[in-house]
Amino acid sequence: MNGADVRTDQTATRPSLTPGVRLGGVSFVWRPWLAGVTLLLAAGAFLLFCLSIGVGDYPIALPRVVATVFGRGEQVDEFVIMDLRMPRALAGLVVGVALGVSGAITQSVARNPLASPDVLGITSGASAVAVFLVTVSGGTAAAITDSVGLSAAALAGGLGTGLLVYFLAWRRGIDGFRLVLIGISVTAMMQAITTWLLVTADIRDVARAQAWLVGSLDDRSWDEVSLALWCTLALLAVVSCVAFQFKPLHFGDEIAAGLGVRYAAVRAVLLLCAVLLAGAAVSAAGPVPFVALVAPQVAMRLGRHPTPPMAASALVGALLLIGSDLIARAVLPVSLPVGVVTAAIGGPFLVYLLVRANRA
Amino acid sequence: MVVQSITGVKPGTDGASRLAARGVTVGYGTRTVIDGLDVAVPPGVVTTIIGPNGCGKSTLLRTLARLLKPTGGKVVLDGDDIARLRTRDVAKKLGLLPQAPVAPEGLTVSDLVARGRHPHQSWLRQWSSDDADVVARALAMTGVSDLADRPVDSLSGGQRQRVWISMTLAQGTDLLLLDEPTTYLDLAHAIDVLDLVDDLHESGCTVVMVLHDLNLATRYSDNLVVMREGSILAQGHPRDVITAELLHEAFGLRAKVIEDPVGDRPLIVPIGRTHVELDRLAPEL
Repeated sequence: MNGADVRTDQTATRPSLTPGVRLGGVSFVWRPWLAGVTLLLAAGAFLLFCLSIGVGDYPIALPRVVATVFGRGEQVDEFVIMDLRMPRALAGLVVGVALGVSGAITQSVARNPLASPDVLGITSGASAVAVFLVTVSGGTAAAITDSVGLSAAALAGGLGTGLLVYFLAWRRGIDGFRLVLIGISVTAMMQAITTWLLVTADIRDVARAQAWLVGSLDDRSWDEVSLALWCTLALLAVVSCVAFQFKPLHFGDEIAAGLGVRYAAVRAVLLLCAVLLAGAAVSAAGPVPFVALVAPQVAMRLGRHPTPPMAASALVGALLLIGSDLIARAVLPVSLPVGVVTAAIGGPFLVYLLVRANRA
Repeated sequence: MVVQSITGVKPGTDGASRLAARGVTVGYGTRTVIDGLDVAVPPGVVTTIIGPNGCGKSTLLRTLARLLKPTGGKVVLDGDDIARLRTRDVAKKLGLLPQAPVAPEGLTVSDLVARGRHPHQSWLRQWSSDDADVVARALAMTGVSDLADRPVDSLSGGQRQRVWISMTLAQGTDLLLLDEPTTYLDLAHAIDVLDLVDDLHESGCTVVMVLHDLNLATRYSDNLVVMREGSILAQGHPRDVITAELLHEAFGLRAKVIEDPVGDRPLIVPIGRTHVELDRLAPEL
């Protein structure tokens, strides 16, 4: 038969497949472009991290910062760097990474680029709780603030709202579009509560609440940063273990099930990690807007990858956050909180990438 | 010459059914769609489930594929209750292609087909040389090797369906469940995909599919399962099953069944209210 001959010919010429790296029993897909981009992003993030430490009233040159970070610096530098400036820079790094990964997960789970922790109610829930605690004086509110602290209470508010959205959206499985719609509705409710609290509150409390509402890295202490750091590291470990099982979910639940993935469990674990990561970020820096939405999208386009790549998303998040903080402190004439700058930089950059893709 | 099976073995020589539903009751929520159904999938042939809209065709296929959990009875795969098997082990034996699957934008054909290896991979072993070999074979068997570098969304509907079938083949199974593989395809592309299904059958695959088009189902299957309201009305070779009476009973369709001028199966000529010259039909009615 003629048809059979054609097929035999095709078997003879081996099709071009994605190459692999194989060492003993360990093997991985090798994507040179994505690996290169990820490496460059890592280098860039480290450079900005060191620059961010060097810039300030007492400027320190980059080589001295790098030496100190690796434990070979002079004693004067060590005090300024490790005690005064490191917490802020580290907070930027951790918050950026956490938001980047959180956004990559939520966008992949919902199969919708709109689904970021901002949209899914996590940040707005945290904000509503924080503003409530700041503006409502006395009684239970004061007791909560005194006992667990504003950040922890806000974190709980964010987690609660995130889980509420998840359970409201659950109907024999999770549909991405439904998740986004319910997330937007709950976010709107939380924002209404926040606005109502701000309008009715005492003007001095409003100023304090506003400062919290715009994400900021000012005056971070080691205590605040280390909590977020360890949480993020632990969650990243969980995410990297589950990430492999997650790959087929990019094709939808039925294909994933057909490929032997217990998709409901995998998705629940990852979404919980995403909510906790966003919560850790909020507790360390307040609700920094837009990073979780833009970082995975930028990482996808830079890395030329059809789905949000985790490592690259984390690094873009870190670059965006540290870079924005650096610009807010060193370039702009007035010192702004980082949250104002992230949206101002991230937004246009994503638009640029989209427009360039349209023209290509 | 016959294309090698993806697993390299000719299955089903013992004649025993590999996949069967035994007294299966299944539904969505409180609504029961199928009640106490028995069906066995004969090995090495193409079985097609047909029936009117909402009769439970897809529900049956999804239950056989373990996507739906029956509330009564069980599905048996190679002698084991499928509900007791690990999802991963089911995926190594049975490939499933759901209706109208969607790939992420920009994903290449080779990456999509490579995903079919998932049940055989682990965190540390994500792309072995075995995987590469099987994927190359799956691409070749479905005739999409030349498209390996192309993004899936740039392909035509028919090519795309070939690629998805290629992914299920890469799972290394010879038992394929296809839910309406010709949906949204024009007739030429539908024929192309069904010819591919026939090639796979020739190479030793057992195929179960749901089709809407009765004439395509008749032409391409060796075993028809005709359903109505959640139960099986008739089952067997199209030559034995397809009659004007059955079509009327199953679909409420008036039709004339004639010899297929280009094949050895019956051909269904539907009779609607209009555009029919009944006097040409009269002598036989």
